[in-house]
This record gives sequence, C-alpha cells and structure tokens, in this order.
Amino acid sequence: MQLKTTLVSLLAATVLSSASMAQAETLRLMTWGSYAPDELVKKFEAENPDITVEVTFSNNEEMIAKLRATGGAGFDLAQPSHDRIYAAQLEYDIYKPLDLSKINTGDMETSLLDGVKANTTIEGEVYAVPHQWGTSGLMADKTKAPDFAGWGDLCDPKYKGKTSMRLKRTILLGTAFSMGENPFDAYSDLDKYQSILDKVAEKLIECKANIKAYWKGGDDLSAMMLSGEIVGSETWDSTAYKLYGENPNIVFVPPKTGALAWIDTFALPRKGKADDAAYKWINFVMQPENVTIMSGSTGAIAAVKGGLDLLPADKKAAVTAAFTPADIENLKFFANIPPGVEDMEGKTLDKIKAATGG
Amino acid sequence: MLQKDIKRLSLIMLFTPFALWIALLIIIPHLGMVVLSLREKVAPRVYEYGLGNYVDFMNEPIYWNTLLRTGSMSLLVTALALIIGFPIAYYIAKIAGYRTRGALFLLCLIPLWVSDLIRAFGWILLLRETGVVSSVLQWSGLIGEPIEFLYNDITVIVGLVYTVILFMIVPLVSTLDGMDESMVEAGYNLGGSGFTVLRRIIVPYAMPGIVSGCIVVFMLTAGSYLTPILLGGKNSSWFTEQIYEQFITRFNWESGAAFGFLLLAFTSLVVWLGLRLTGQTLANTVAKS
Repeated sequence: MQLKTTLVSLLAATVLSSASMAQAETLRLMTWGSYAPDELVKKFEAENPDITVEVTFSNNEEMIAKLRATGGAGFDLAQPSHDRIYAAQLEYDIYKPLDLSKINTGDMETSLLDGVKANTTIEGEVYAVPHQWGTSGLMADKTKAPDFAGWGDLCDPKYKGKTSMRLKRTILLGTAFSMGENPFDAYSDLDKYQSILDKVAEKLIECKANIKAYWKGGDDLSAMMLSGEIVGSETWDSTAYKLYGENPNIVFVPPKTGALAWIDTFALPRKGKADDAAYKWINFVMQPENVTIMSGSTGAIAAVKGGLDLLPADKKAAVTAAFTPADIENLKFFANIPPGVEDMEGKTLDKIKAATGG
Repeated sequence: MLQKDIKRLSLIMLFTPFALWIALLIIIPHLGMVVLSLREKVAPRVYEYGLGNYVDFMNEPIYWNTLLRTGSMSLLVTALALIIGFPIAYYIAKIAGYRTRGALFLLCLIPLWVSDLIRAFGWILLLRETGVVSSVLQWSGLIGEPIEFLYNDITVIVGLVYTVILFMIVPLVSTLDGMDESMVEAGYNLGGSGFTVLRRIIVPYAMPGIVSGCIVVFMLTAGSYLTPILLGGKNSSWFTEQIYEQFITRFNWESGAAFGFLLLAFTSLVVWLGLRLTGQTLANTVAKS
C-alpha cells in the first residue's frame, strides 16, 4: 500500500514536470565558441518568451561525431562549415532537408547562398544555408616580420623558432597552394591528391625545425603571438582581428596564393525537435542589428547583403587593414570533402607529427 | 532456514550495484568496442566484418611506434613516481608525528582539488618562454636570453609525474602504516645496514603497496590525454591522441575502437609482464594492500 502511494506520487511528479517542460520549448543549439553571445540569447528569449536557448560549443569534427553517435538527435540546430555537410550526410544521414520558405533567404548575400546551396544539395533537397564567413591565412607582427606574405614564409629560416601553425588540414591545403598545386581540383583524382599530399608532407617535415610549437586553439595562439614568442603564424582571421584590437602591429595577412575561405552554415539535425524555434533563431540572427552584435563576438562576416558594413567599427578597421579588393577576389573557398580524403589527410598529418625533424 | 535466506538476500543486495556497475559500464561497452573494431568500412554506410583495422595498425609503423613510445614513457613516469613517492610515503607513515601526518596527507591531496586542465595550464604559465621560471632566471642574471622549457618530452614527464604521484603515495602510506617498527629495529639490532634493512625488510613489506601503486600509476599515465597534449612538443604523439583523432577528426570509429582495444591489451600485457618479472602475483600483493 505504502509502495503504491509512493509510486503514484512519483509518477504524478514526473508527469507534472514533463508537462511544464512541454510548455516552454527548448532550442538546443550546437555551434562554435562565441557564435551565441549572451546578449543575443537574452534578446531572443525576450522576443520569444516560450523558447529557451541551450547552447553547446563545438567544432566541425565534434559536431559530426556527436550527431553521428545519436543518429542526429540531441540538438535542434547545428552550424557546420559548408564543406563538411555533403559527405557527412551521405555517410551518416544526420541532417534533414531545410524548408527554405521559412528562412528569409532574400536578405542573404546571393553568391554565398548559391554557393552553399550548390555544396549541400542532395537529391534536390537543400541541407544548409550560410550564416557567416571568414578565412584562414597568416598573421604577422609588422614590426618584426614585415615581409610575411605567403604560406611558405612560415618555413623561412629567417624566422627560425618564431612561427607557428595548427597541424590540421588547413595547413596542408595552404602549403599545397604555395607549392603551385590546386588541391581542390585534385579531389576528383585521389591518386593525384595523394602525390600532392606526399610533397606537402615532405615540405612540412623539413619545416618542423622552424616551428616553435603547433598551436591547438585560439587561446594558446593568442598567448604566443601577444607575448612576442612568435612573430608570424597560420591563423583564423577572427583571431588575428582580436589581436589587432590589442596590438595594432599584429595584422592578418592573406597569403599571396589566396586566403582559404570557409562559410559556417545552419543545418537541422535529423531528429531535432524544435524546427520552428530553429528557423526563428536563423531569421533572428540575420537581422541587421543582430548581425552587428554577432560579428562583434565572432569576428566573422555575416552572409547578408552588405555584411561587411554591418561589422562593428574596430572589426571593420581590421578587415580593411588586411584585405584589398584583389585579395577578396583571390579567396579560395573550401571545396566539398569527398569520402576518403579525411583519412588520407589524417595519415599525412600523423606522418608529419611523428617525424623527428627538430 | 530463514537466517540463511536473509544472508543470501543481503549478499545479493550488496553484490547487485557492483555487478551492475561492472556489467553496464565496463563489460558491455567493451564488448561494443570489440564488435565495432571488427567492422571494416567498404563504402558509405556499408560495413563488413574482418580484422582489417588491426592489420592496418600493424602495417603502419607510426601507430605502433606511438604505442611503444607511450608505453616506455609511462614506465619511466611510473619508476620516477615510485622513487620520488616512496621516501615521501615513508616519512608520512613512519617518521611524521600523528598530527603532522594528517596535514602532510592533506597537502598531497590538494593538487587533486583542481582539475587536470588547470594543473596543465599552471605548468604552461611557469615554463613558457615568457613565463615565470624563465623570467626569474633572466632577472637573477643566470641566463641572458629567455629559455623555452615547454614543448618537449621532459616537460611531459615532469607534468605526468606531478599528476599521478599521489596515486603512488596513498597505497604506499597505507601499507607502510601497518608495519611494526620493531621489525626495523630488529633488523638494525641484528647488524643490518640501512640499505639492508630497506632491501630485506621495508621494501618486501611495502610490496603490496608498491605493486598496486605502480599498476594504477602506469594505467593512468598510459591513458592520460590532457597533460601530454598540452605540454608536449612538435614530435610528441601520445597514443590516446591517436584514438581521439581516429574517433573525432577522421570519423573512423572502427579503427579508433581497434586502437582503444590495443591500448587496453598492451597495458594489460605490460602489467602482467611486470608481475611475472618481479615474481609477484595480484593475489598476494594488490589483494592485501
């Protein structure tokens, strides 16, 4: 008897608590660090009192790994880069197609929107729309390394022990470009791509003695650069812009072979439960006044018409200090990664890391 | 009859949480890993069963070199932790007074109150080129140019010893604590030198603690991730990093699972070999400590 009452009251409590949860919808957002500034989250929750936003910070690889583990459950909106959707969707089926009629695509920069659509259309369905874009390139302290201009300069003996890079695929691609190859064209011919990777590996192993350390995240890179322990490095542009705010001698340098450009997108996980809230968030962050807040936090440029003008003043100054219109023309957008390439690149990176070059 | 039933019931009830813990959190996930590691990807969403992932490991010197490197560095860390930890444990258990003993023990525990990550960052702040140690040495005039202490294997070993030494000290203190001092006195009375007493009386008595401390420290070191990654240099791969890479950056769960299993097999083998070579068994050491 006693047990029965306990059970009943327990059940009642569960029902009650789940009922109160159903009242307020939760938007579970999986995105990059700084892509959900508190200010915007609060504003969004004030405008939509029935939605609470739960943010998980992640990166491209972890997003795919997490969604793969659950078959696309656990999150309602994800923000992978444009080149990381096609293969992941084919392989693991973790996203659902977007209903474009629910998104204000009219406000988006047409070239970026078309580019992302082209990259993420599978069997006629579109899986992602652009959010923000930025580049990977180099940064240098103008006073100590005035002629830093290309990926190859990281390996210039002049700067021995004073440069850094991240041992990930970006540096492989950048080095390939600096050696006169076009790795994106070689994606269709994997044997050719392997031969490019072998050359790149040789070059980067030789270069190891020149590198102080491989950086792993924005924080250790910033610390090394600000303390003057290194004078030049491979970097994300947003990190360079942040450092420019603290030391105007540190500038982003688009490599002469072209900075590598990425677009972070919005995609709906396959088993997401709050699609409407997700669409609301997408449209909300793309409104001009919110774009400025977002770009202030991320340092990336929103994929809306006139996105550059919506940057906060300091970021805009950093971008104009870094890019000439010719540099913008010369951007190399990351191409879709075909299946198998990740493994080839991973093995190359392992080879470089394990080599005893200094 | 009733008495017997109650006994049996209490045994079952006491045993259930343990059995559930072992089954749900250890055996089942590991079985899942074995199954996963035997799958080979042949095309998107198509898998076959086979030993391919293990063959790949054997055929790629980078992988097994990393495993051997991780193993040998872990052994070195274990040895250092034992050499440094033993005198500390002996002091705490036998020499320190009753009240200081508690305080000293607490001091050893304090580093554990902070997370691994913060401790690693502490080392980074101390050892980086513009860090505390380098600045102090420069200020004192001992060195002219800043020195980089970070990003090499020695730093990794120092960091690891610091992280794991507590797990060596605790079992040692608890075994040494039970040693009757009259045994040491008798050793000296019978004409033994300090070294003989240490070798023939103290070490054999502390053996259960030494063995269990070494096993725990070795396993923890070989399986650690943060310290080697954050303090390690350009050439310092750690095997756990390879596993992470396989799972997360390459989406290759199959070979990641195989690697995880190989690490488990390798560390178990090292522990077994260690026990065999020193003539110890788990039953008369760890079970006693």
